Amino acid sequence: MEPILTTKGVNKFFYEPEKFQVLKSIDLTVNKGEFLSLVGKSGCGKSTLMYVLSTMDTDYEGELQIAGQRLTGKSQNELAAFRNAHIGFVFQFHYLLPEFSVLQNVMIPALKLNRYSRKEIEERAMTKLKMLGIDEHARKASSKLSGGQQQRVAIARALINDPDIIMGDEPTGNLDSYNTQLVFDIFSELTHTYKQTIIAVTHDDEFANKSDHRVEMSDGRIVKS
Amino acid sequence: MNRQSLKLSMEIARVHLVSKPKQTIVAMLGVTFGIGMFIALVSLMTGLNNFTEELTMTASPDIHIYQEETSSRKSILEEINPDGLNLVYHQKPKNETTKIRNAREIARLINLDARVLGTSPLVSSQVFYNYGPVQLNGTILGVDILDEDKLFDLRSKMKAGRLEDLLSNHNGLIMGKGLAKKLNVALGDRVVVTTPLGTTITLKILGIFQIGIGVVDNVRSYANISTVQTILQKDQSYITDINVKLKDRNLAPLVASELQSKFIYKSEDWQAANATYLTGSMIRNIITYAVSFTLLIVAGFGIYNILNMTIYNKMKDIAILKAMGFAGVDVKNIFMIQSLVIGFLGGIAGLVIGYGLSFLISKAPFNGGDIISLDHFPVNFDPMYYVVGIVFGVSTTAVAGYMPSRKASKVDPIEILRGQ
Ligand SMILES: Nc1ncnc2c1ncn2[C@@H]1O[C@H](COP(=O)(O)OP(=O)(O)OP(=O)(O)O)[C@@H](O)[C@H]1O
Ligand SMILES: [Mg+2]
Repeated sequence: MEPILTTKGVNKFFYEPEKFQVLKSIDLTVNKGEFLSLVGKSGCGKSTLMYVLSTMDTDYEGELQIAGQRLTGKSQNELAAFRNAHIGFVFQFHYLLPEFSVLQNVMIPALKLNRYSRKEIEERAMTKLKMLGIDEHARKASSKLSGGQQQRVAIARALINDPDIIMGDEPTGNLDSYNTQLVFDIFSELTHTYKQTIIAVTHDDEFANKSDHRVEMSDGRIVKS
Repeated sequence: MNRQSLKLSMEIARVHLVSKPKQTIVAMLGVTFGIGMFIALVSLMTGLNNFTEELTMTASPDIHIYQEETSSRKSILEEINPDGLNLVYHQKPKNETTKIRNAREIARLINLDARVLGTSPLVSSQVFYNYGPVQLNGTILGVDILDEDKLFDLRSKMKAGRLEDLLSNHNGLIMGKGLAKKLNVALGDRVVVTTPLGTTITLKILGIFQIGIGVVDNVRSYANISTVQTILQKDQSYITDINVKLKDRNLAPLVASELQSKFIYKSEDWQAANATYLTGSMIRNIITYAVSFTLLIVAGFGIYNILNMTIYNKMKDIAILKAMGFAGVDVKNIFMIQSLVIGFLGGIAGLVIGYGLSFLISKAPFNGGDIISLDHFPVNFDPMYYVVGIVFGVSTTAVAGYMPSRKASKVDPIEILRGQ
């Protein structure tokens, strides 16, 4: 198995209101094509770890490597470019840009990456939307969709640049059981059919148990892996 | 790569602008109002300034040479006995003549200077004009009317009669329009002119001129040099003033000081003669720019506010864009572009409105009364001010937009995403 993400001895401290170690020597390896779920009690540091893994948080000790690149110590601009090409995000609150259509929302990261022509990007975006069963809404304003539909648009957007890894902080946290199941099925299919790597924080035990790899955190440490 | 990012930032900026049309238009109106007022104000002010400057120029020579009347002088006692204790009570001024000696020779020498366009030696005197029961105070200038025409373009200022008629008639007079109106005289009438010495002469009105400003038109008339010399009981060499016109009016202070040191007589340049007018025009300019600048600053604050509000409302979008890989500079561009577009479009609209206002003002009737002959406002349509206006407007919005845009570029996405 080929590791796509590894951390070595990641520590992180918060200094406000007082010094407090939120992550304690995290050593994590995520393999390619793996559907990993991160669970743990509220406040144990799951989100904090996700921000470190996502490269958005650079204020930590230890090392982070994704897709063979050492990311620790890189500049903000380099990291932004890296995220654009290698990481897709799915958030709890779908966070689509409300003034843009569904299709435009999916296209934006690809336009930023500028690897394909505009026409190709549009075709690719339509393919992703079709795969997620929301292609008939492509021209609608993104704010006109239901929560579950918006979350699927967000997944399409996360997929548009064929990222090495998709990260989600409670991607189903805001969805009902029907849509949660739907998103879970999509994630399963992505990992099994398309060898997509996914890391998702969740509070949903059923969701976690069905994933390939369940990682449990407690008090800033990985306790079960 | 970079160009593509810029294009994308522009696209996002455009969507932001059109998705909130009311807010965008309000921000633009601030700039439009500022620039529009600037154009209207500056067009009117510089129009008025140019107009009055032109009038002043037609009324005053570039350089005026005359004998300055000395008001205080040493008593003879002091001259003879400089170290003594001298007391002279009620010393009267000396009866000095205001004559310029060798005036024609001086005029000829000045004419030789390459910077000089022409000279006009003349005799001036205070006089009373009598017509029937009306008696008015004024001045009479004895001139070579053709020389004077060369300096002041009198021909174009003639309202009745011809300049040439004066050449052939030694008892003729060309009178200012305001003076003629007050005396109630017309072409061909005869007026009695009384000098300070008490001599009188009857002169026939051969022409009526109007320069356009009351201080000239209401008091002055022109006659031949010999006529004025005669009524003042002076000989043919009696000349009181020399007017000089230069090729470049701006050289006047320099040339005037040269002439003064060369010929001793007082040489006054037009800038010195019209110091009050020049200060006035400078103050008008300062006011124009101060008012316009204030308006634009206010518009700038408006843009600053609106952009700050937009950015505050778009925090989540900014966070998500950054998470997806937009660099700080891309985010900054999105908002800078918005403020520049607001500034540019608002500015262009301001130029149109400013032009419209200036046009309306230029058509508005305005009565200058006796002071200035004016029937509507003079407005300056110099394109330079339109360039200044748009540059001014766009730079104000750029400055106003810079701070919020920079703030947006510094947004930490984690803080926003965690907050939810
Ligand atoms: N910016 C911060 N400054 C100080 N302490 C913080 C900050 N952000 C988070 N914490 C603290 O760090 C700990 C971990 O927070 P984190 O958000 O990672 O928890 P979590 O596991 O995601 O919880 P939940 O399941 O409720 O989302 C918490 O105790 C939290 O109060
Ligand atoms: Mg969390």
